[in-house]
Amino acid sequence: MQFWRLFSRNRSAVMGMFILIAIFLMAISAPLFFPADPFSLAGQSMSPPGANGFLLGSDSLGRDVAAGIAHGAKTSLLIGLLATLVAVFVGVIMGALAGYYGGVIDNLLMRTTEMFQTIPSFLFAILLVAIMKPSIESIVIAIAVVSWPAVARLVRGEFLSLRNREFVQACHTLGMGDVRIMLGEILPNCLSPIIVIGSLMVATAILIESGLAFLGLGDPNIMSWGFQIGAGRTLLRSAWWVCTFPGIAILLTVLAINLVGEGLNDALNPRLRDRS
Amino acid sequence: MESSQRRTRYVLKRLFQAIPIVFAIVVLNFFLLQLAEGDAVDVLAGEAGAATPEYMAELREKFGLDKPLVVQLGVYLKNVVMLDLGYSFRHDMPVSELIFDRFFPTLLLMTSTILLAVGFGIVLGLVAASGLNTWRDTVISIFALITYATPLFWVGLMLIVVFSLNLGWFPTSGMENFAMFYEGWDRVLDIAHHLVLPTITLSLFYLALYTRLMRASMLEQAGQDYVTTARAKGVTERRIVFVHVLRNALLPVVTMAGVQVGALIGGSVIVESVFAWPGLGMLAFEALFARDLNLLLGIFLLSAILVVAVNLIVDIIYSTLDPRIEMA
Amino acid sequence: MTRLLDIKDLHVGLPAGGQRKYAVEAANLHLNDNEILCVVGESGSGKSLTARAIMGLLPKPHVHIAKGSVTFQGEDLAAASEARLRDIRGSEISMIFQEPMTALNPVMTIGNQIDEVFRFHEKMPAQERRSRALKLLQDVQLPDPEQALGAYPHQLSGGQRQRAMIAMALALDPKILIADEPTTALDVTTQAQVLRLIKQMQESHGTGVVFITHDFGVVADIADRVAVMQNGLVVETGTTDEVLRRPTHPYTQALMAAVPSLIPRPPRPRAEERVLRVNALTKTYRSGGGLLGGKARVVHAAKQVTLDLTRGETLGIVGESGSGKSTVARCIVRLTDAEAGEILLGDTDLRPLGRAAMRPHRAKIQMVFQDPFASLNPRAKVGRIIAQGPEMYGASSAEARDKALELLKIVGLDDRAYDRFPHEFSGGQRQRIGIARALALEPQILVADEPVSALDVSIQAQILTLLDEIRDRMNLSMIFITHDLRVAAQVCDRIAVMQRGEVVEIGPTAELFANPQHSYTTELLAAVPGKGWFASETKPLTEAS
Repeated sequence: MQFWRLFSRNRSAVMGMFILIAIFLMAISAPLFFPADPFSLAGQSMSPPGANGFLLGSDSLGRDVAAGIAHGAKTSLLIGLLATLVAVFVGVIMGALAGYYGGVIDNLLMRTTEMFQTIPSFLFAILLVAIMKPSIESIVIAIAVVSWPAVARLVRGEFLSLRNREFVQACHTLGMGDVRIMLGEILPNCLSPIIVIGSLMVATAILIESGLAFLGLGDPNIMSWGFQIGAGRTLLRSAWWVCTFPGIAILLTVLAINLVGEGLNDALNPRLRDRS
Repeated sequence: MESSQRRTRYVLKRLFQAIPIVFAIVVLNFFLLQLAEGDAVDVLAGEAGAATPEYMAELREKFGLDKPLVVQLGVYLKNVVMLDLGYSFRHDMPVSELIFDRFFPTLLLMTSTILLAVGFGIVLGLVAASGLNTWRDTVISIFALITYATPLFWVGLMLIVVFSLNLGWFPTSGMENFAMFYEGWDRVLDIAHHLVLPTITLSLFYLALYTRLMRASMLEQAGQDYVTTARAKGVTERRIVFVHVLRNALLPVVTMAGVQVGALIGGSVIVESVFAWPGLGMLAFEALFARDLNLLLGIFLLSAILVVAVNLIVDIIYSTLDPRIEMA
Repeated sequence: MTRLLDIKDLHVGLPAGGQRKYAVEAANLHLNDNEILCVVGESGSGKSLTARAIMGLLPKPHVHIAKGSVTFQGEDLAAASEARLRDIRGSEISMIFQEPMTALNPVMTIGNQIDEVFRFHEKMPAQERRSRALKLLQDVQLPDPEQALGAYPHQLSGGQRQRAMIAMALALDPKILIADEPTTALDVTTQAQVLRLIKQMQESHGTGVVFITHDFGVVADIADRVAVMQNGLVVETGTTDEVLRRPTHPYTQALMAAVPSLIPRPPRPRAEERVLRVNALTKTYRSGGGLLGGKARVVHAAKQVTLDLTRGETLGIVGESGSGKSTVARCIVRLTDAEAGEILLGDTDLRPLGRAAMRPHRAKIQMVFQDPFASLNPRAKVGRIIAQGPEMYGASSAEARDKALELLKIVGLDDRAYDRFPHEFSGGQRQRIGIARALALEPQILVADEPVSALDVSIQAQILTLLDEIRDRMNLSMIFITHDLRVAAQVCDRIAVMQRGEVVEIGPTAELFANPQHSYTTELLAAVPGKGWFASETKPLTEAS
């Protein structure tokens, strides 16, 4: 397929995809390799990497860092994907309505997104999670709430420029209905930027999630990388590995997603394709 | 001059547009915080152990928490206009005083971060774009790619491990060393010394962002027709890059710098908590767990106003760079 | 007469893996002082790259001079160093471009941009540079040179910007001026002025000009000699007289035949039946204004426009940009809401109808759009684009498919087009698809908004012929919007001339051309490039294709 040919031309994107697949496999196989609860005491506390049967060491309570990373992968990917799906869904609807109809709806949306740009979004996310009590749902909602305006702005811009394109006007002269024009004619033409911003947004969502968990606002029942780093920060002097390895996991995941996102951008962006 | 008039009008217009946004933020936050279960009295009572319902009702009345929401909001808005941000029950201090105490450290951190991130971002982006596909470009692009993917708090912790714990070059936390009773320039130097790691931590992500943006923007502008015109005039490549392309390429970077200010304050919550930097971000985090509503509202309002103010400065800078502002 | 420039065996290489190895192949051209050489060709002929190759301005690093020499005063520019080329550019050879808006730096004043030319080539005090810049702007007849010095490009009109570009190019009195389609983006009356200016400046300075254009009218107006290019080859060169009167190469002959002449088509009897009457149609656009000062701009896009259209007739609406011609078209097909007046289709006034009430009338008026690339949904197959109209009005998918296939045949496309995407077709073919889509609902009236202005002249003639055939075959009435009087002369029975939202004159084509009543019509007719040549040769449209 043409898409894969274009995508695979970008070597770093392919590398990112392999890293991502590896992390994904780690997430689904975590219960297999680390059947025990990652919060449970697994052996000697403060073991350095390699010692006492701990691949990546253990923390002050004797929890296995490697087990935490494997189980945390599921949390990061799940929250990243869910939050992005919600944000993209809401953002596309709002952006499409605002861009297509303009006028009051558009004004309202633009003011709202401006307000969101003014609010320190991470602070806002902290606030939302704290109000709703930390849980997977509240974290997903909080991340989606601070993320959708970016999608809405993008989609609005696309709809705004596409609605005046001649092929859309031709549909008007045929007497086609608004919903059909929006879904059948305009939306397929802005899928590429939506896919790209969506993929990059997964990365941002994972970063926000880890930040929340680091500050102690993660779901208390679910292991996550940010929580591991937050719990290990007091051990910085004596057990560097507790903070270091989960951080590398976040870094690799986000990096991989960004690389894939850029690869998608290159492969899907018709402007670049036509000019190459 | 007509153009300076137009610029003033543009800045005034932007200022005018900001007012309803600030207002909306205050109202939004007020209602959001009302949604939270439990108010300050619950927290106070919880900390004190047992408290009689009568005593709690008395406290609520004292703080005006028994009134209808709309009245509370109305009172709050009135007070905000008069610069009275209420009273913090936890700290037993007026909110405005508390915020004022913590305002300077955050402003300091933000200013140094913006300068570092935007300044270096522009330089690195320029270097990368002008040496397209050379080793300089590759190194800078990889650096930007990695820092763009790194969580702030982890960078902070790793910097502490390397530069504070192992090398001992910088202090691990705080804004100054009170035990030394520094004064004058010594104190300035001491604060600057404490500022290095938090600034680097907070700016790395944005540095990466601006580097990438600047690089892309330079490359896009370099392909524009006016560059061909300049070349056809016999202008040197150096001047083409530094005069023609640079100024046009800066426009999206400046815009983005304005957009990112809000996110920067959000990031400062994390950085301040990692480095125990005594600023607004840390105060907000403390206030959140203490359910100190008035204090949180005050901090939110102040950060929103701060963002608006910085955006206004950015608008002014933008309007000097781009003569076409009237179209915005 | 000295030979300024000698291009020998020039090959411009394209990046490997493309369709063609060379964009320009074995080109031999020369330019003498004090003459205008027009390089004429359609899109993809390599004319622009030839111009850029002279100055060493090919888009690096993929496009390069692969072979051949460009000799300027005894020096081979193809082999010259970048530093040497920089000395020559702007002082000995300079260039102007098609789109002055993008060719000027948007954040630098005109004065500064002219100043750069002086600064990089000659040492002179700032005061002198300024006074010379001012003098230049006076020479190119800018209305307020003093103000123009301090103005940014967006503060000038299109014509003024091009004048400023010309001033900049001529700052150091170069021996050669290369003009790459400098008037293509301008309105016809502005084009005439700018052409006159270039001719004047060239004569007074004795400059040699290489003028790139696609328009034989422009060639006829200003060229001393002509070179015709096709697919990277120079197929014919000669004096203007030779090439225009006695073209020897078949391609030149075909191009010349495709140029629409100003001779109006023979009048046809006008039917009695009025299918459309537009009465006192008014549309105003407002922008700007608000709480904080700033004057509200009010544009009268259509002011009391009154027109009528009989069965089988083609009515042209002619005007320059901003005349309101497109607004009128869009109001008639109800893409834009007019605020006053009547649009009577038969006896129904369409103007006040809401969307639902309008729907049954939609099929009767259909539109053909200007841009063959923007007017087709890039994600939809051609078959669907054409068939979806009939389907929406109740045809079964099999019926709609048959209809679409039949229409493809009518507009001269293959059955196989049905399952393809728009990007697989050329501009002219896409325009055919657009026409098929408009015909799918069997309309009574076809509104064509600049349907050929984005096409090469040879394709233009084919599409015009097609529209003509279809009108006769289906007994359609047509409203034909165009900025080009030559095109209007070929297809329109009657013409309405619009200026600033008003119809200033309306009448049968032949009468309007022979005896224009309004001064603006006269001005438009006078501005048509090459009217001297192409009005004298009778060349009806049907023979052109």
